[in-house]
Amino acid sequence: MTQIHRSSRGGRIDRSRELSFTFNGKRYTGYAGDTLASALLANGVDIVNRSFKYSRPRGIVAAGPEEPNAVVQLGASEAAQVPNVRATQQALYEGLVARSTNGWPNVQRDMMGMIGKLGGSFMPPGFYYKTFMAPASMWMTYEKYIRKSAGLGRSPLESDPDIYDHLNQHCDVLVIGGGAAGLAAARIAADSGARVMLCDEQEELGGSLLDSREALDGLPAPEWVSQVVTELSARENVELLPRTTANGYHDHNFVTLHERRTEHLWDTAPAVNRRPQARSRLHRVRARHVILATGTHERPLVYGNNDVPGNMVAGAVSTYIRRFGVVPGHKLVLSVSNDYAYRTALDWHESGREVVAIVDARATSRGELAEQARALGIRIINQSAVIEAKGSDRVTAARIARIDLDAFCVLGHEKTLSCDTIASSGGYSPVIHLSSHTGTRPVWRDDVLGFVPGDVKGMTSVGGVHGVFALKAVLEHAAEGARRALDAIGFESDSSAPKLPDVAERREEPACALFQVPHVKSAMRAPKQFVDLQNDVTAAGIELATREGFESIEHVKRYTALGFGTDQGKLGNINGMAVAARCLKRSIPEVGTTVFRPNYTPVTFGAIVGRHCRDLFDPERYTALHAWHVEHGAEFEDVGQWKRPWYFPRTVNGKKETMHEAVSRESLAVREKVGILDASTLGKIDIQGPDAREFLGRVYTNKWAKLAPGRVRYGLMCKDDGMLMDDGTTSCLAENHFLMTTTTGGAAGVMEWLELWHQTEWPELEVYFTSVTDHWATMTVTGPEARKLMSEVTDIDLSPDQFKFMDWREGNVAGIPARVFRISFTGELAYEINVQANYAMPVWKTLFEKGEKYGLTPYGTETMHVLRAEKGLIIAGQDTDGSVTPEDLGMQWAVGYDKPFAWIGKRALTRPDTARTDRKQFVGLKPRDPEVVLEEGAQIVFDPEQSIPMTMVGHVTSSYYSPNLGHGFALAVIKGGRDRLGQTVYLPMKDGVVHEAEIVSPVFIDPKGERQNV
Amino acid sequence: MFHIYCPYCEEYREEEEFHPRGQAHLQRPADPENCSDEQWGDYLFFRDNPRGIHHELWVHSVGCRKFFNITRHTANYEILETYKMGERPSITAETLAADERQSGVQTASGGWQTVGARPEDEALNTEARA
Repeated sequence: MTQIHRSSRGGRIDRSRELSFTFNGKRYTGYAGDTLASALLANGVDIVNRSFKYSRPRGIVAAGPEEPNAVVQLGASEAAQVPNVRATQQALYEGLVARSTNGWPNVQRDMMGMIGKLGGSFMPPGFYYKTFMAPASMWMTYEKYIRKSAGLGRSPLESDPDIYDHLNQHCDVLVIGGGAAGLAAARIAADSGARVMLCDEQEELGGSLLDSREALDGLPAPEWVSQVVTELSARENVELLPRTTANGYHDHNFVTLHERRTEHLWDTAPAVNRRPQARSRLHRVRARHVILATGTHERPLVYGNNDVPGNMVAGAVSTYIRRFGVVPGHKLVLSVSNDYAYRTALDWHESGREVVAIVDARATSRGELAEQARALGIRIINQSAVIEAKGSDRVTAARIARIDLDAFCVLGHEKTLSCDTIASSGGYSPVIHLSSHTGTRPVWRDDVLGFVPGDVKGMTSVGGVHGVFALKAVLEHAAEGARRALDAIGFESDSSAPKLPDVAERREEPACALFQVPHVKSAMRAPKQFVDLQNDVTAAGIELATREGFESIEHVKRYTALGFGTDQGKLGNINGMAVAARCLKRSIPEVGTTVFRPNYTPVTFGAIVGRHCRDLFDPERYTALHAWHVEHGAEFEDVGQWKRPWYFPRTVNGKKETMHEAVSRESLAVREKVGILDASTLGKIDIQGPDAREFLGRVYTNKWAKLAPGRVRYGLMCKDDGMLMDDGTTSCLAENHFLMTTTTGGAAGVMEWLELWHQTEWPELEVYFTSVTDHWATMTVTGPEARKLMSEVTDIDLSPDQFKFMDWREGNVAGIPARVFRISFTGELAYEINVQANYAMPVWKTLFEKGEKYGLTPYGTETMHVLRAEKGLIIAGQDTDGSVTPEDLGMQWAVGYDKPFAWIGKRALTRPDTARTDRKQFVGLKPRDPEVVLEEGAQIVFDPEQSIPMTMVGHVTSSYYSPNLGHGFALAVIKGGRDRLGQTVYLPMKDGVVHEAEIVSPVFIDPKGERQNV
Repeated sequence: MFHIYCPYCEEYREEEEFHPRGQAHLQRPADPENCSDEQWGDYLFFRDNPRGIHHELWVHSVGCRKFFNITRHTANYEILETYKMGERPSITAETLAADERQSGVQTASGGWQTVGARPEDEALNTEARA
């Protein structure tokens, strides 16, 4: 197929480099410098998509990020699929493959189109709410149907082969937008010595200057641009970022820039010197000042059938002609409300194609561009507008009429002009999206006929985005804005040398306020007048919404879907508000403004994630003994960021043990011989200072005044609401020196908790906290044979009267200086050996050398859980949940009611709610059926016969099978449980089975604690 | 993402280094044993939720580990001041309102929509502010 709409010369494309590409399975050619959109237009491809709701054929209407229709699915291979790419922003490369995202089986012959035509009137705004309300169970079915017919692309099914980078950047001035205003401001900022970043979303810098008819310093605008860009790129204090979209403007001048580095080359990032390169970079910029120079989006007019391919925004037509050498039709009708849009007729005429007429809604047009058009013999029809387009797959004619703007009616003088393109311009909407991200409300200006950014601290808006449109004024405004910005952050601008180029002043007449064009029929009966092309929102739909009582634009928006989706109302928002305002007989600012949220354009997940995926998704923490565990086939469990051995399955007769088998073997070994656990992950906090003991007394519920050096005590830590927060042992190392242990997961939280109370409540106490979790490796040797094994490796006196339960001693273990603690989390005789972490491995290996004859068995966290649960020892965070007091746990023995200071949590224990006797209390459960292992979290009831919803009286907190007991057992909290020992409770399960269990003491083994005390 | 000046490090650092700990200047009753359940309940559970100036406790958790206070505007997220533990804020809702009245600036409009507000709402807003 030939490029039928390509002009013979002109444009910023390289005609010597022909590129071939595929769209919807058909091959086409374009040139280097094309966007996918300009290449499609050059090839005369009118229909690029089907519309969202009505499935009407749609063509390209714009040339930038505001394009609502040409949203494509990109990528030649499955892994490289990218949805939601706007063809207007995608540079063409050799071999590009793209598809329409909507339309089934294809855009030319669309099944849904039939339904759309028939069903259109049955799909009013609020359609989903009204139609799919009931029955709720059917929603899943409806959703499937809606999604199939309405998607905007799909995600890839294969893993992304590319890498993405995040860069943290700081600068003095961040200029967003590289058009006339941005370049002028960047130049002045660069001269001051400030560190400047300039980003622009297009393939090259220059913005609207790239298709401007105007001259700067006597040079065609694009040439002036390349001069300035050359000049700026030579400066060391300037970083230029083309192909970079500022997508989010967050708190305190934090702006995220998405730089596409390879997306103009191929659908995956090509390697450089055989090394992968980042497909894109996300710059996380903290700017001292932001200069917003994002310009404007031209507004199309809203008239009947304004969605038929061939209807375009006027400025986009000029862009395609001047930048890409593409004239997207043969006969043009131009419908305008302002002077500047006349340039499109001049550009079209100069390309040698016919301008049928310019239809101007104003009574007169005497501006400079209008006079030029008149001089070329172009027919100008005043006080009129295109009221309707004719044609189905492409415009065939424009129906024009004289209109009365104030009365919003057609005055007659109807004509039908034959044409294939209708370009329209209803004015220019400042691109205020970024300033809105900050939460600042934009301000309506009647002279601009648009919203401009409200005040944002640390931001200056210049040029088009501030409602300054004429080139000379834009440059002056940008220069002035840049100087103010520099002044605000303490840089001096060189005011003596204003480097502004000479630009001719242009005589213009004011624009008129035209948004929706009246039709001879009412909006409800006229051909569809589209406001939001991407979401198929029509003027009639908005009218209906206002009649149904939606008064705020925020409600209208949600009801009609105006401004939804990837488009975010770039073209349609103001027109939609204008329609709502007219219907409600208010002004546009009175109906409000919609808030734009990040991101400005869609960003791929890869760019957001950066390198934080796969192995780098979250840090993994390993103990000093990790390599040994891996070598010995441990299965691992995640505890916080730690990898802990879960169990150590053995292979017996070529068969690997199941977890159940391994845990049975491990726990029997501990109860009958000796086991060893890597407990290095326990949180450890070193506490020193003359007031350390006093401090412990305040943060723990129990007493610390008399704990002597060499002794260890178990402590409970509550919040001030009296609820258990964490537990652990604390050892007195010396009079003013303690070592606190915490749960593995609670370590960081407890550390911050201690600092919080010390720094904010009791700064007068002299006490210091240091986290030493990683400094010490902890090995728990436990079981009846533990003493025999220890005696072979240590010089510490292990005799029971010298080294008692809850003592700790210093000495050598396997020749390494160690602290050994006689504490037990299994109920057996136990020694916790602490050595400096980097010496842990030789100690561990020596223990196994000597321990073989005693049957030393490594065990993991699962066995640890079973063993501690058999003893009724709690795990804070598993058996407690922030609503359990020490008294609920039956741990009054660990509460110092008579301590002199009102320690944390004490006062709350006497609150009426915490003193209730029917609170949920910690008990054991013994299932009637010994084979049953109850489900953790299962709800408990007293009466299984009651009707649903049943009265739930508690739940299972921990549950295991005990090889030592020979049956399943559980820990639970039950209302008034301690007074109900021996009673039967019931656990109704989801599958209808009701388990029966007896309430028993939570201590299942060795209730007197004799085994750990030997 | 906030840019926070740590009064101990004397540097601006990114929010990722900090951790918020709720309302600042909470007074733990001096003699918990002898305060009423209501007083204790107030201390434990009740917090301000103002639209406007809010004093907050933050910790430089992966920095110097120090707790300090931030005076923040909850509507526009501007941080007006940070100060060390034990210090009093120099900017409060009262001083700010007084300053604005003096310089003829309209007192912070709060969260009321000013653009697009209907006249009758505007009257309501003025009343709410006054």
